[in-house]
Amino acid sequence: MNKLLFFAHLKDEAGAETLSIDVSGKTIAELKTIVSEQHGLTKIDSVMTAINEEFAEDDDIIQQGDTIAFIPPVSGG
Amino acid sequence: MKFQISKEPINIQQVIDQVVQREAGAITTFIGTVREITHGKKTLYLVYEAYESMAVKRLEQIGKEIEERWKGADVAIVHRVGKLDITDVAVVIAVSTPHRADAYEANRYAIERIKEIVPIWKKEHWEDGQEWIGNQLETVAYSKGEPEAKHLDE
Repeated sequence: MNKLLFFAHLKDEAGAETLSIDVSGKTIAELKTIVSEQHGLTKIDSVMTAINEEFAEDDDIIQQGDTIAFIPPVSGG
Repeated sequence: MKFQISKEPINIQQVIDQVVQREAGAITTFIGTVREITHGKKTLYLVYEAYESMAVKRLEQIGKEIEERWKGADVAIVHRVGKLDITDVAVVIAVSTPHRADAYEANRYAIERIKEIVPIWKKEHWEDGQEWIGNQLETVAYSKGEPEAKHLDE
């Protein structure tokens, strides 16, 4: 299984903070397509992702047990 | 704990105390506060949210980057989360270095990097609504997996 995390406006759009889903073997780009179709997330292409708290690339492959976070443009400071 | 996300008001002196070192000739402190008027629009209050475990790692990364770039630098950063009113302190950065020029430069570097790579978001609450703030044009794709200098606004 994998855990997905949503933050800021993505959390509002997805209607959930976390989701459990098995997406091991898929790429980040494939996962983005899945979540945008199944959870109605818009403009997800411009969102950064992290695998296990490290920034990831679209062609990174998800492993069993990975936590994937969808990180909209940040606005701290 | 030199790099923290805090749900409570930040104790500024405690952040400074963490970078005190005998080798230092300067400590610069940056205090980021909640501004009332942005582009003519009045903010009532802000809510900050963080991906806390990753945010702490990225703050630690910024500390490491600074120690590599400015010899002898010591860094502490605390960022607040939750509801903040106008004038409240959102972030405190303390940097000590042997000479003052480096302390100013390294501190500036820290706040700019926070705005690039630390997963923290603010939601602005106005009289007529609310919105998560990020890239407000929603046109930015981070091709390198993280924002670059050109993506910075304020």
